[in-house]
Amino acid sequence: MDAAALVASLQQAVPEAALETVPSVDLHPTIYASRDHLPAVARALRDAADLKFAFLAELTVADYWPREPRFEVVYIMVSLVHRTRLRMKVRLSGADAHLATVSGIWPAANWLEREVWDLFGIVFDGHPDPRRLLMPEDWEGFPLRKDSPVQIRRPPHTTEPLQVTAEEFRQNLERDRLSRHE
Amino acid sequence: MTVNMGPQHPSTHGVLRLVLELDGETVHSAAPTIGYLHTGIEKTAEQKKWQQVIPLVERMDYLSAQSNSMAFCMSVERLLGVEIPERVKNIRILLAELQRINSHLVWLGTHGMEVGAVSVMLYCFRERELLLNINEMIAGFRLFPSYIRVGGLREDLPRGFHDAVRAFLERMPGKVDEYEDLLTKNEIYLKRTQGVGVVSKDDAVAWGLLGPIARAAGVDYDVRKVFPYLGYETYDFSVPTQSQGDVYSRYKIRVAEMRESMKICRQALERITPRGVYAIADPKITPPPKDRVYTEMEALIQHFLIYSQGFTVPAGEAYVPVEGPRGEQGFYVISDGTNRPWRVKSRAPSLLACQALEKLIVGGLIADVIAVIGSIDVVMGDVDR
Repeated sequence: MDAAALVASLQQAVPEAALETVPSVDLHPTIYASRDHLPAVARALRDAADLKFAFLAELTVADYWPREPRFEVVYIMVSLVHRTRLRMKVRLSGADAHLATVSGIWPAANWLEREVWDLFGIVFDGHPDPRRLLMPEDWEGFPLRKDSPVQIRRPPHTTEPLQVTAEEFRQNLERDRLSRHE
Repeated sequence: MTVNMGPQHPSTHGVLRLVLELDGETVHSAAPTIGYLHTGIEKTAEQKKWQQVIPLVERMDYLSAQSNSMAFCMSVERLLGVEIPERVKNIRILLAELQRINSHLVWLGTHGMEVGAVSVMLYCFRERELLLNINEMIAGFRLFPSYIRVGGLREDLPRGFHDAVRAFLERMPGKVDEYEDLLTKNEIYLKRTQGVGVVSKDDAVAWGLLGPIARAAGVDYDVRKVFPYLGYETYDFSVPTQSQGDVYSRYKIRVAEMRESMKICRQALERITPRGVYAIADPKITPPPKDRVYTEMEALIQHFLIYSQGFTVPAGEAYVPVEGPRGEQGFYVISDGTNRPWRVKSRAPSLLACQALEKLIVGGLIADVIAVIGSIDVVMGDVDR
């Protein structure tokens, strides 16, 4: 099923969605959807008889900073029944980076959307568990954005206050070293 | 009672943290925490040239290293639009299947040891030594060969490769029979694994778990059969499926997969000539052999350009799915037309398996937690990247 037939079928299921196709070099027909009707489009992709994309393989984001629209959320899905694949993308602008969650439609999207929030800062409205996944809970910033630095040098961070000052620690080490050499 | 099965634990297959709420021995709820092995490989890959990304991605799923590098190279080759020579495809298939046997041996060894059959570990690692010796023969490295490159392979197969692989393939079927002798009809093993950690067919697909886990539940999906790549459609092999979806079915599937992989390896070995073409002939992508670099000017220039500035890949995106030992994996690669990737995203089957873990262990006993974690075969390097 090529991109044009997919879009026709999808447009029939969700008439108010804005869809467009783009050429692709691998075995995934690629379509762009707007974020407004995303839950309806996703539900149609999963349930419509000639689509049946029940398996969500990948949910990720590409950051095209400084181009606007900045983000492109990418959904790669597989239809086991019809043995086809599809790549659906949604464009988001940097200032207004949020869209509806699909974790109610594909439960696999739960952690994938958490990872996207963690690394890119895109908010998924209605997500049941919007926490960071890979970075520590108190991390600030979104590491995989293009304007985030690759290497960060920070002083060591502890959750409990240190019991000694740096000078006392050096003196302790020195006293310990001297006591061992006697 | 809340119990922490901390990131440092012999049975969590890496650094996985589970906070379990127990009522006696029954698990009420489980909250997995991951991210202890996150090293930002995807961000680092954006700073490296295309060939330099290959050692990085090999270290993601560290038990199926050559699967990873093959998936990445295939995505990049799709963007480049190059066609790989037939001999290289067969060698890649052989290496991928040997890697599958390698990964399943580690899985079987660690899973058996966790469930209590401690000797299975040493039996499996004894055969794994032979596979690691084969890796060392082709590339010098045992675990992360970096032998599969964009455009083909790093260099031609060494002398003695065919004999080594043939010796391994002669020895292995008897050894798999030995492992089965130890576990398949073992009453203790059956009691610990049958009916434990059951995944239904619909749940496997809904939670994105395609691979041995879904095949154990009855979903007949293998990327090698449904979306064949590298010429898998010309090989004669079958894909085992079961229907119970419990830990025992996953065990049976992986042991059967080892046997099928050996079948494919034998067929691939017949098709590979000991010497021949090992990469595409494109001078911008494939470095020339070292003896020509030392004697010819053009080869020296070519070598210098490849290793200093690399090659450029046309702008676009590609995702080529590959059947790794843990399920469908692949690399979603975006290029902006320069000599560095714009985005590299690894589709990690272990991440989705970890997500499903919560639901699989709730309601079971604490001993079942160990059996289930072993059976879904998570590799934390792939989960955290």
